[in-house]
Amino acid sequence: MKVQLVLNGKRTTVDMPPLMRLIDALRGPLGLTGTKEGCGEGECGSCTVLLDDEPVNACLVAIGQCEGRTVVTVEGLGAEDGLSPVQQCLVDHGGAQCGICSPGVLISAEALLRRTSYPTTKQIRDAISGNLCRCTGYERIVQSVAEAAKKHREVDETAWGAEEIARKGGSL
Amino acid sequence: MEGNSSFKASVGVSVSRLDGCAKVAGTAQYVADLPRREGELWGATVRSQVPRGIIKSIDFDPDFDWGDVTCVLAADVPENVVQLLEDDQPVLARDRINHLHEPIALLACAEPAKLAQAVAAVKVVVDELPPVFDPVEALTNDEIIWGEDNVQKRYSIRKGCADVEDGEAAIDAAIAECEVVVRGHYATSHQEHVYIEPQGVIAWWDDQGVHATGSMQCPYFVVKGFVRCFGLEAARIHITQSVTGGAFGGKEEYPTLLALHAALLAKKSGHPVRLIYDRTEDMEATPKRHPSATEVTTGCDRDGRLRALKLSTVFDAGAYVTLTPVVLSRGVLHAGGAYCWDDAWIEGLSVATNTPPNGAFRGFGTPQTIWAIERHLDRVARELGCDAGDLKRQNLLVPGDSTPTGQVLRSSVGSLECADQAFAASDYASKRQRGPVVEGRRARGVGCAMFLHGGGFTGSGEQRLKGKVAVDLQPGGRLLIRSASTEMGQGAETVLSQIAADAAGIALDQVSYATPCTTHVPDSGPTVASRTTMVVGAIIQEAALEVSARVGSQRKAGESWSEAADRLLAQEGVVTALRQYEPPDWVRWDEDTYKGDAYPVFAWACDVAEVEVDLDTFEVTVVNFWIAADVGKAINPVQCKGQLEGGTLQAIGWALCEQLVWDGGRLVNPRMTDYVIPTARDAPPFETILVESPYEHGPGGGAKGIGELPMDGGAPAIAAAIEHALGLSMDDLPLTPERLLERFLAETEAAQ
Repeated sequence: MKVQLVLNGKRTTVDMPPLMRLIDALRGPLGLTGTKEGCGEGECGSCTVLLDDEPVNACLVAIGQCEGRTVVTVEGLGAEDGLSPVQQCLVDHGGAQCGICSPGVLISAEALLRRTSYPTTKQIRDAISGNLCRCTGYERIVQSVAEAAKKHREVDETAWGAEEIARKGGSL
Repeated sequence: MEGNSSFKASVGVSVSRLDGCAKVAGTAQYVADLPRREGELWGATVRSQVPRGIIKSIDFDPDFDWGDVTCVLAADVPENVVQLLEDDQPVLARDRINHLHEPIALLACAEPAKLAQAVAAVKVVVDELPPVFDPVEALTNDEIIWGEDNVQKRYSIRKGCADVEDGEAAIDAAIAECEVVVRGHYATSHQEHVYIEPQGVIAWWDDQGVHATGSMQCPYFVVKGFVRCFGLEAARIHITQSVTGGAFGGKEEYPTLLALHAALLAKKSGHPVRLIYDRTEDMEATPKRHPSATEVTTGCDRDGRLRALKLSTVFDAGAYVTLTPVVLSRGVLHAGGAYCWDDAWIEGLSVATNTPPNGAFRGFGTPQTIWAIERHLDRVARELGCDAGDLKRQNLLVPGDSTPTGQVLRSSVGSLECADQAFAASDYASKRQRGPVVEGRRARGVGCAMFLHGGGFTGSGEQRLKGKVAVDLQPGGRLLIRSASTEMGQGAETVLSQIAADAAGIALDQVSYATPCTTHVPDSGPTVASRTTMVVGAIIQEAALEVSARVGSQRKAGESWSEAADRLLAQEGVVTALRQYEPPDWVRWDEDTYKGDAYPVFAWACDVAEVEVDLDTFEVTVVNFWIAADVGKAINPVQCKGQLEGGTLQAIGWALCEQLVWDGGRLVNPRMTDYVIPTARDAPPFETILVESPYEHGPGGGAKGIGELPMDGGAPAIAAAIEHALGLSMDDLPLTPERLLERFLAETEAAQ
């Protein structure tokens, strides 16, 4: 079955049986191996991707469910000229060690930062609680995401007015 | 010397990790991400379904189409032995089965779906034998499953009055004379590594020999395994580490077996073979942390001065020896804890059981014995009516004191400073004095653990190992580090590059780290034992200094570093420095008597845990955690703290939620769904304090090994905090709500 979706901003078609897993489509015919498989049963979160802006485990989603929808993987986070703020912060603040959980962590963090520019520590921990990391103890992932939120806000403050910022939960 | 004008010191600076960008961009290639090679097949393993027995036959379903399936059996293995400490483990089971999920046959096929059917179409007929699962029972059992008496290894350490022929009687007498005698029995359970990337290897053969690429800590272990099994010379064995998604000891010895399996299938099929485990197979078949049972008896003065220690520990080795003797050795060498004993008698035994072999796991035997001694000192403090933190601090080893092996500590002993810093940051003393805080149905308490961890191989291990590295000068004055030390998340690539850059006096971006491939990098020894920064880093520093001095001696006035380097390269063709590690000349170790300098130096730490316990559900929440660790010198402070925090959370998981459940030798929960490791919501906020008491032979101004240290103290600190909150003293891991409730009900009943 031909499934049409918007993958990392591009219209894409993949021809697969509809019950095949999204992760297999991504890592196989679509050639995007940034999304990792750690358990295959939705526990570890290494395969987290955005499906219509919501973080989901790509090992639990059938490719047929993606028809007409948008999917964002870790490969879709960075800007043309380099890493996204949250990617850069994970590198700079010790939030990545072995790196196998990082793609999933980054997607969950991205989803959080799209919802709120002023996340509390608790909101950050909740947002990445579906992404198991065995290396860091999470402390530095939490700090990395908090730093990324700051970077986002710097962009926000130049681009938006006070009203928009208040809507996102902050103040000037 | 300063190599060039753009030089900026990077040691001591938290530079971003060098492999970070590829990892967060999703472009780093782990083994499962490597492109498929032409004609590549998938591999799978047929495993035993009973814990012990004799193989009668291996039957292949005659109705199945075996035409495009390659099958390897024990008879196909040139020398059927996994090269490790003993020759007891076969690559594939021959006639005997010694544990569940033991590999019996290997299959390869181009179609994964057909491969799964093929595995199901192999039937292994077995005459079952009675299995042995309990190591303590195995000591008196009639069933002999290993050697003459199921005992694989025994160690004995004697100090002071116990250092006589009948040391046991002497230590018993010394303890009996003490003012306060305390006895206890402590146990620890299995732990699974749960590296998020499962084990995997791709192997193929060509004109150059055999190639294996995969997720691994120790590429040269795999070479030794291939030399032994295939009878090849090492120059024809090309083992390459792929980007490794966590290891923690779990990818120390096991990848040798996995790579042998993949290479056997590749050889027989004539195709490259990809053998990657899924999570369940990984958890069922690969090694775990050794469970332990430890008896401790101590004597001390009424004022708390510790005098005499008698400690006996039994480690469950599983079915084969693998690395168990070395794990047990490190366990007994740390069994006295961070404390000074006048007299000590320490015995350790490893015993075989019909479970998958237990193996290397961060801490390597030390978390087991530190659990026992820390829990015991908490018990002694209760007996004395003093605070455990005061008792522990009072007895800490300091320079001039000697350990149970008689090692007199020289310098770089930050034990007291760690205790003082952790206590001050956590407000330990006043929180303990105030007693548990009960609000509604929640009780809060604090507890501490003090501990040490030796850096590098034990005793004369580094002398035997002779780890080597090379640093090459490259065009433009760049340096290339060639080492077998693997990056597996711990930051080796970054930290070793920082050391080299500063030694040469060049900018960090002028240093590269070669991918560890055994035909291109020298054998630096395995990436284990808290040795990479301290031991391998020290020789990388020397090699970089040597190259730098050669460039410097050629440098003409007004010439830049890169010009001088290029001229030297043009003259000499190849400019490289090869260095081999030599331990400090004062290190003395007697392998027979287990006396002397077990490690050239120890890292030290004090943990303080603060927990809240729900008085109805007995769920434990770790609300705060303080770590003060003497690391010698932090080459990269953020990465150093990341190691300490990550290791501590593994210890917290071991203490509170990680429980492998067994039924008849079969793991009941080989999945992340019901083997639970801590999430971001379970992890406490960490406050991590780096104490720097430099080690004179450490690189970068005194770095010590710290990779394993944080695994040692987390569990006893949590247990001490639970004891403070609830008044329940738990001697056995794990401290799950069910087990806390059980103990609470037992104590309540006993009190009535």
